[in-house]
Amino acid sequence: MLEDLFKVVKSRMDDKAPAEKGKKVSIPSDLLFKCPRCKNVMFMDDFIGSAKVCSECGYHSRLSARERLDMTIDKGSFVEYDRDMTSLNPIGFPDYEEKIASLQQKTGLLEAVVTGECTIRRHPCVIVVMDSRFMMASMGSVVGEKITRAFENATEKGLPIVVFAASGGARMQEGIVSLMQMAKTSAAAKRHSDAGYLYITVLTDPTTGGVEASFASLGDIILAEPKVLVGFAGRRVIEDTIKQRLPDEFQSAEFQLEHGFADMIVERSKMRRTLSKLLKLHEKDGGLA
Amino acid sequence: MSELSVWERIEIVHHKGRPTVRDYIPMIFEEFYEMHGDRLFGDDGAITGGIARLGGIPVTFIGQVKGRDIEENKKTNFSMPHPEGYRKALRLAKQAEKFHRPVICFIDTPGAFCGVQAEERGQGEAIARNLFEFSTLKTPIISVVLGEGGSGGALALGVCDELAMLENATYSVISPRGFASILWKDASREKEAAEIMHITADDLQRLGVCEQIIPEPSGGAHNNPQQMAENLSEYLGDAVQRLLKKDIANLLDSRYNKFRKIGMFSEPQAGK
Repeated sequence: MLEDLFKVVKSRMDDKAPAEKGKKVSIPSDLLFKCPRCKNVMFMDDFIGSAKVCSECGYHSRLSARERLDMTIDKGSFVEYDRDMTSLNPIGFPDYEEKIASLQQKTGLLEAVVTGECTIRRHPCVIVVMDSRFMMASMGSVVGEKITRAFENATEKGLPIVVFAASGGARMQEGIVSLMQMAKTSAAAKRHSDAGYLYITVLTDPTTGGVEASFASLGDIILAEPKVLVGFAGRRVIEDTIKQRLPDEFQSAEFQLEHGFADMIVERSKMRRTLSKLLKLHEKDGGLA
Repeated sequence: MSELSVWERIEIVHHKGRPTVRDYIPMIFEEFYEMHGDRLFGDDGAITGGIARLGGIPVTFIGQVKGRDIEENKKTNFSMPHPEGYRKALRLAKQAEKFHRPVICFIDTPGAFCGVQAEERGQGEAIARNLFEFSTLKTPIISVVLGEGGSGGALALGVCDELAMLENATYSVISPRGFASILWKDASREKEAAEIMHITADDLQRLGVCEQIIPEPSGGAHNNPQQMAENLSEYLGDAVQRLLKKDIANLLDSRYNKFRKIGMFSEPQAGK
């Protein structure tokens, strides 16, 4: 499922532009951004200036957890939970520790999710942000445990929770233990829900597999960024089963909205404001007290 | 028996004559009534369910159906459920809660179906909803892996108070073939994957996922389905009696903690 995502993007790039094959121009990735959806090429400065949204098709590309927090929450309001938690190797998968160590080096993160408390335009909440640069934000023990604790903290403190989901699914390298994180996080979400508190999910690129099939689909309100990939099964797996190429919009945020599995598609530039308004609506006396 | 390799167990589980939930139901229950449909979209042949009597006690059963031949497999989609199958399971579980009947889930699937319609109807949401709702269902839940427990599609019937596995059954995050294909880009290394994935009943008991291992007749369940059904009956009868004695608040706390404690990570001295 994980690797699928890369392959899909790559293979779709390839077969969309057969004429270009062979004489591929290499693009210096630090200067230009090529949209994986519409192939539009932008100057990196413009791309970053537009909050990493494609100017042509509106694809909302992936952000690091740090970038996401910076554009979403009030400056200086973040108190991180469980920052130092790191992975072990539950089934002794070869080279797992090395892979984790090299990603820690590369991303400056210890694991694929950042959790904590913050305010969004002065509205307090618990926040969870997944970072796809870290093993496609797959869910193993650490991701599962940190998200579970985030829900438990929110329940204990009577706070709403906002989850920016992004993931390739369960982390295969941790075997059955990763599968069980789906049940663990969903059960914690249920307790938070039963206590009467608000849970907002934001589906970002990509939200798939075991994460889409657990907490990410359980928000009271489900928002999605435009054009992002959201689905359960890997696209290639389905294409192999039905022996047909699937349309581009299959498993997009828009597809989920159309089929009734998302409430609203919200552009990045309006996300902070939208979240704060929704949080306020759920505060005591509708936030007007 | 316990000297079998993982691969030998997988072969036993895939034996043509291995009994399915349809074989066990009439042997385990004194009476049973099959119910159909999710009341939302349709009736999924990959999941059966209904009301039955086990040792005199009314129970709800839900089970993934492996076909025994091509005809049956067409109806049951090779035991790969669509969202409506999971929603039927949830409907029956809610009904069981209402009448305080224990729920017995039989897991036997390679995984949830991967297809266009399954995505359109929210495969991920259907699985997630079951994890969410089963976690606080106010009645005992027992899940038994009969053969193959594949991924989220199995877990959707696996949020329970007690998970049992038949001796040769496997339960995994992905098939060994998928594991080898994704992590090593080489599906042909599936045997090697099977050995390192920790997917047998013994492995899962050690990892705190499985509580009970139900012995199979020598050589596997297919060698003596009657004996296998008796072993299953004996376990289920005992588990139902035992779990019915627990008060609901306790039962739900233990169910929460059963999953809560699964995971391995390190944390340098507490202090947030």
